[in-house]
Amino acid sequence: MDQTLSDFGTVFVFLLLGIIFVVGGYLTARLLRPSRPNPEKLAIYECGEEAVGSAWVKFNIRFYVVALIFIIFDVEVVFLFPWATVFKQLGEFALIEALVFAGILVIGLVYAWVKGDLDWVRPTPNIPKMPVLEEDESQVVS
Amino acid sequence: MSTGAFLPNSFPIVMSTSLNAWSDALSEYFLFGLPVGLVILAALPLVFIALYALTYGVYGERKISAFMQDRLGPMEVGKWGILQTLADILKLLQKEDIVNKSADKFLFVIGPGVLFVGSFLAFAVLPFGPAFIGADLNVGLFYAIGIVALEVVGILAAGWGSNNKWALYGAIRSVAQIVSYEIPAAIAILCGVMMAGTLSMQQFNILQQGEYGFLHFFLFQNPIAWLPFLIYFIASLAETNRAPFDIPEAESELVAGYFTEYSGMKFAVIFLAEYASMFMVSAIISIVFLGGWNSPFPNIGPLLLNDWTTGPVWGAFWIIMKGFFFIFIQMWLRWTLPRLRVDQLMHVCWKVLTPFAFVAFVLTAIWEIYVK
Repeated sequence: MDQTLSDFGTVFVFLLLGIIFVVGGYLTARLLRPSRPNPEKLAIYECGEEAVGSAWVKFNIRFYVVALIFIIFDVEVVFLFPWATVFKQLGEFALIEALVFAGILVIGLVYAWVKGDLDWVRPTPNIPKMPVLEEDESQVVS
Repeated sequence: MSTGAFLPNSFPIVMSTSLNAWSDALSEYFLFGLPVGLVILAALPLVFIALYALTYGVYGERKISAFMQDRLGPMEVGKWGILQTLADILKLLQKEDIVNKSADKFLFVIGPGVLFVGSFLAFAVLPFGPAFIGADLNVGLFYAIGIVALEVVGILAAGWGSNNKWALYGAIRSVAQIVSYEIPAAIAILCGVMMAGTLSMQQFNILQQGEYGFLHFFLFQNPIAWLPFLIYFIASLAETNRAPFDIPEAESELVAGYFTEYSGMKFAVIFLAEYASMFMVSAIISIVFLGGWNSPFPNIGPLLLNDWTTGPVWGAFWIIMKGFFFIFIQMWLRWTLPRLRVDQLMHVCWKVLTPFAFVAFVLTAIWEIYVK
């Protein structure tokens, strides 16, 4: 069959259909919905208060650390997937090699763990101190 | 083929035993330069997502939640509120589409689209039974994990584009969570790949076929498989932002998270994407560990339960039912467990699930080489 698309051609048809669905949905809604903007509607929602400043602030640096650790492990898993499909044929030698490969990354995880990069700020309970009144009871009794 | 026996031969969808023969049969016809067979092949999962999200996803979840809390749930529109979701769709279609004046309009508009297309593309490799699969890629499972991760881009675009503090916090939390839980999830899937020795989604199902039904499933073939199974299930909850890992959408602190500013059709698209990825992770877990479209019933003597419940239509039934079963557990957990804190979330991922995933990886490798 000369017209048969390759498998990734089918995926491309899925991509086109997904885009058509989303764009078609937007356009259908555009025909049906009203459009009466006013300044209050177009303001940013901040629990009914006027928005203070912009939301585009700096991220917490911890998110970058998480992203870095993620990339290292994700690349590792990507390398292990092809190995996993054939390791039964390759036998013991390939097993030991993969364990060494994974072991180095586990050492990396242990390093990040010991260094405290995996710890997030825990909320500390903030109990307000009450002034202790010593003569309280005697006053109540009298 | 017991199920298709009484149907005429002109029903290739039901009759064909070979993979997607009905799609090839239509390959002479073209729609805008694309083969009609392929367009139907891609349209059926889309219809499935829409129908499932409307019925089981929205209405079912509201009813199940209501019954778990001793409420009645939606009761107004139609008998037992059956038409409630249709009414909601009509409302969402007519809803004014508000785009903030100070939002990044391009990212704001494209965010829901990326989210939906990402989770829909994963359905391209999902086998709905022995005779229906979009594209049986030889790297199918790998592709599915990768393309589902595309939703991170959509969430970040939506959250950042909104220029709203709730949306941005929700988006950052969500991305950190999805990205972190992808490691244990991927290693757990890796254990499944080691048992099967293939990445093709259809091959996974064929390997778990057999007359003893559920005894051929990888979960029951290998005692170690329970560990990656549980790890993947927990991680999949986090990847779809479901409770108890729903801090990105924590209603009581972040209003709605990254979709705070969305209304109308864009909101509907985000919801559809969430339900699609919920089904996708449930389908992946049932394909890798629970036999996918294979019937769980064994043949017992003259009772050929397995043969009777095998076939193209039964296959679609089993994979959808297994997916719905896991979605039901997700709904159940939502009303059972309280939400985790951010530091607990990271603790569970990096200090509990990831080490256990490595243990499962080593044990599976040793089992496959020395024991089996």
